[in-house]
Amino acid sequence: MQQLEAESLYAELRNGVRGLMQPGAALVGIWSGGAWLAERLQRDLHLPGGDKGYGVISSMLHRDDFSERGLSAGTGATNLPFAIDGCHVVLIDDVLYTGRTIRAVVNELFDFGRPASVTLAVLVDRGGREMPVSAAFAAAKIVLPAAQRLSLTKSDDGDFAFSVREAA
Amino acid sequence: MLSRRNPQLNAHGELIHLLSIEGLPKAVLTQILDTAGTFLSVNDRDVKKVPLLRGKSVFNLFFENSTRTRTTFEIAAKRLSADVINLDIARSSTAKGESLLDTIANLSAMHADMFIVRHAESGAPYLIAQHVAPHVHVVNAGDGRHAHPTQGLLDMYTIRHFKKDFTQLTVAIVGDIVHSRVARSDIHALTTLGVPEIRAVGPKTLVPGDMAAMGVRVCHRMEDGIKDADVIIMLRLQNERMSGAMLPSAGEFFKSYGLTAEKLALAKPDCIVMHPGPINRGVEIDSAVADGSHSVILPQVTFGIAVRMAVMSTIAGNQA
Repeated sequence: MQQLEAESLYAELRNGVRGLMQPGAALVGIWSGGAWLAERLQRDLHLPGGDKGYGVISSMLHRDDFSERGLSAGTGATNLPFAIDGCHVVLIDDVLYTGRTIRAVVNELFDFGRPASVTLAVLVDRGGREMPVSAAFAAAKIVLPAAQRLSLTKSDDGDFAFSVREAA
Repeated sequence: MLSRRNPQLNAHGELIHLLSIEGLPKAVLTQILDTAGTFLSVNDRDVKKVPLLRGKSVFNLFFENSTRTRTTFEIAAKRLSADVINLDIARSSTAKGESLLDTIANLSAMHADMFIVRHAESGAPYLIAQHVAPHVHVVNAGDGRHAHPTQGLLDMYTIRHFKKDFTQLTVAIVGDIVHSRVARSDIHALTTLGVPEIRAVGPKTLVPGDMAAMGVRVCHRMEDGIKDADVIIMLRLQNERMSGAMLPSAGEFFKSYGLTAEKLALAKPDCIVMHPGPINRGVEIDSAVADGSHSVILPQVTFGIAVRMAVMSTIAGNQA
């Protein structure tokens, strides 16, 4: 696979997301990698609401693999510190793959209200879609074997890197 | 296949039934408490319902009456989108002579996915768990004097919410301990979660002899029992047990073991007062304390729904 340089992809994502932030827009990061990205984008782009003005969303309560895999332990909870009704929501995630997480997260979002619009920006689009989902912005598009799991990691000093593991 | 070591866990150590807190690892308890925290916030949403048990049928089987506990299970199951069937079992088939296992077999034929069981006989939920199909889950909602694990878990959730850390706490459990399945479940949970001092407080007739073996300090004077406590769990004096020689009178009990503001002053200034309900004002707890600033009795009820949602969704997601 190509070498994925997470920090330089982040710089591209930052430029891409800047273009998506229309008036009334707010960032919502998908737990956990997307939430880290949203936290840093919120700060770097000086978005309204201050450093804590972004939301975090979890797919846990709407996952379609619950009956096979059960509840995912240690998953963070959704926290949306602004009204969803009428909001232009910009979802942020580290990796876009099957689209199933996005489907679950959109359902979760609607439990809080009716957003004006929902768009998606990701660091990496690895193809392999199983749902009619696409990102408005992806900093990189790559192809990975299905057996590999790609996810973002964050070091203690806040730097991003990618980890690739063989799927269990 | 049911694990021989603990019938509540599958071969991977995951919870498939909740029958007792005894023998459950700390990680399982902590995971349920963490999950309950997620469900508590569901109350703040526009849509106060999540789809985890959509299409599943939860049968409330209360062989012993308890409107409140049954209702909290019903609300929890409905918030998870399950279909809930309440059976007034004490007045129906059992009264006609049907055996417990025949009742379960019939309800299983109606495609039950989960049984919430309260029974006067200790061990009845274990018997049911051993005879249900692998995809069916059982929750003990109180069996005899043995266990009431969801009450124990909601008590732990309440303590963690207000005290954050278990490992520095002194917890006093006061009153009719001998008849209390809540006390047993609390003691097992507190021990597993690392509480260093657990006290059982009550008259000799109402404190069982095996408390010391469970690592619990027995106090027959209320003043000794609640001194410097961080948490006081008051138990309901079970009026139905008042006959016989166990107690002189409810008035005498209140004088010695009823929690008043005066006695509460012996505990730590930020002590919390808990009670599983229903409370008997003026018998085990003074109204001024039950309604006072130390009381967390009503938050316990709210947390109870989130904890029961966590238990049901955890076991429903794990395979036998």
